[in-house]
Amino acid sequence: MNAKNSRSIEAARFDFTSFFFTGLTGLATFLVIATLGVILLNVIVNGWEGLSWHFVFGGMEKEDIFDVNHAGVLPMIIGTSARVILMSIFVIPVGVITAIYLTEYAQANSVFTRVIRGAVNNLAGVPSIVFGLFGLGFFINFVGQHADSLLHPHNPEPIWGKPAILWASMTLAVMTLPVVIIATEESLRAIPQGLREASLALGATKLETILRIVVPQAMPGIMTGGILAVSRAAGEVAPILFTGAAYYMADLPHSLHDQFMDLGYHVFILSTQSPNIDKTKPILYATVVVLLLLTFALNIVAILIRSRMRKKLRAL
Amino acid sequence: MIETTTPRITVNIPGPAPTSGGATPGPAPFIETEKLSLYYGQAQALKNITFQIREKLVTAFIGPSGCGKSTLLRCFNRMNDLIDNVRKEGSIRIAGHDINSRDVDVIELRKRVGMVFQRSNPFPKSIHENIAYALRLHGIKSRSEIDGIVESSLRGAALWEEIKDRLHTSALGLSGGQQQRLCIARAIAIRPEIILMDEPASALDPIATAKIEELILGLKKEFTIVIVTHNMQQAARISDYTAFFYLGELIEYDRTTRIFTNPASKQTEDYVTGRFG
Repeated sequence: MNAKNSRSIEAARFDFTSFFFTGLTGLATFLVIATLGVILLNVIVNGWEGLSWHFVFGGMEKEDIFDVNHAGVLPMIIGTSARVILMSIFVIPVGVITAIYLTEYAQANSVFTRVIRGAVNNLAGVPSIVFGLFGLGFFINFVGQHADSLLHPHNPEPIWGKPAILWASMTLAVMTLPVVIIATEESLRAIPQGLREASLALGATKLETILRIVVPQAMPGIMTGGILAVSRAAGEVAPILFTGAAYYMADLPHSLHDQFMDLGYHVFILSTQSPNIDKTKPILYATVVVLLLLTFALNIVAILIRSRMRKKLRAL
Repeated sequence: MIETTTPRITVNIPGPAPTSGGATPGPAPFIETEKLSLYYGQAQALKNITFQIREKLVTAFIGPSGCGKSTLLRCFNRMNDLIDNVRKEGSIRIAGHDINSRDVDVIELRKRVGMVFQRSNPFPKSIHENIAYALRLHGIKSRSEIDGIVESSLRGAALWEEIKDRLHTSALGLSGGQQQRLCIARAIAIRPEIILMDEPASALDPIATAKIEELILGLKKEFTIVIVTHNMQQAARISDYTAFFYLGELIEYDRTTRIFTNPASKQTEDYVTGRFG
């Protein structure tokens, strides 16, 4: 009797619901990975032919843009890297300071705070082409032209009032601001209140507490925000379309008011302006491979910095 | 326990008010509250509390949860300032000075009134840096001076012998009891006059608790200690005076021996004998 009972407990019954949902969630996960795999495979297989030492590490003349044997994307790699780095320099301080204000200073439930939070969330939902137009209207036509009339009133040619890497980076910074703010806010909120109290109870001012206790602890989270911003910005074309990307430049940008060539924009050019799509397909795909690799590389650098920071925080 | 050669931090402490001087029998009142009421929004957390805490003694606050004892403790270093919507009435004087008056620098106040929290909260830095941070806040920069005070405060918190070989490892690697003693070391490093302790041993095992209690008894030679505790035996063991609070009111305040053997109020008696609370 007893033995019988215990056997009926041990006997594993086939649980259909459990099986079904394990399968369903597993399938969904597989689909995500499979999609990514297909895209990567397609890009690499098609781009392999166009990839060469010269293509990645060389430049080109204007007439070589669609020439499989002479095209080189190094200027675009440099342009894209430069605009992403410049953007990070603008967006991280502004985003972090805003997040510090929202979590440490502002009253959590005041109307003002809620309006700012709402604005940040809405900013995150604005389509990127709108940011491109905003950059053109605000940075170039307003800020740039006013800067010209103030700084160079006798110069007939606009210096700042035209598309430039500075304006493209700033437009991207505005676009990625919500990413940085939200990631930083989350990491600040994850820091135990007890640490702030400990510091304040020792006679630290609020600012000392924030700068020496709170922000150092939140650094890995802030870096995560930066990584997300870089990932998002590296591949964006729409915001830089009117604000700084050039079809072709013989030279690299030398100053903040120069235009630049960009990998993403180059992909757009190759896929829309090509005189012979079939012939230029290898370099189109190869450019995409380079863009993906660059994005990965930028991410990996940021992730390495973050993991070093984490280790340092843990070791101390 | 604490070496007398410890370099004292020079602070501009206004001397005790002239009225509190003179030949009062026993220790002079050091913290005085008068008709102190405190509201969180509409809810009244403290009701009309008037009493005096004496210098260099251990005073325990007991009472059921929500009776306002922690709130009162946090009035003494104005940690309640951090909460929105708090309103205070009445006055609190420390060494004769109203700590809520406009010319009191809250930073200075917190240097004189240290605090140890319920959950040990060492900074995620090295053991050394936990204390050095507190010292640097108050302008001590010389490395040898910092090292000296780090050692003397760790000795003062009976922690030095256990951790002297790993001063530069993370404070988070210490046990719970050691972390709490580090927090005490950090608090005494800046030489406050008063140490507020908010249930400092409530999260610790009995052995670690015993160490903290022993430490508190040693510290009262130099510091005025106010401790909130849920542990009746603890209050009986370590405190000289005990205040019993209930629903925001101070029900009874007397020598600890009296509170636990012959309390004046029926409510106190019921609480300390465990009949309610």
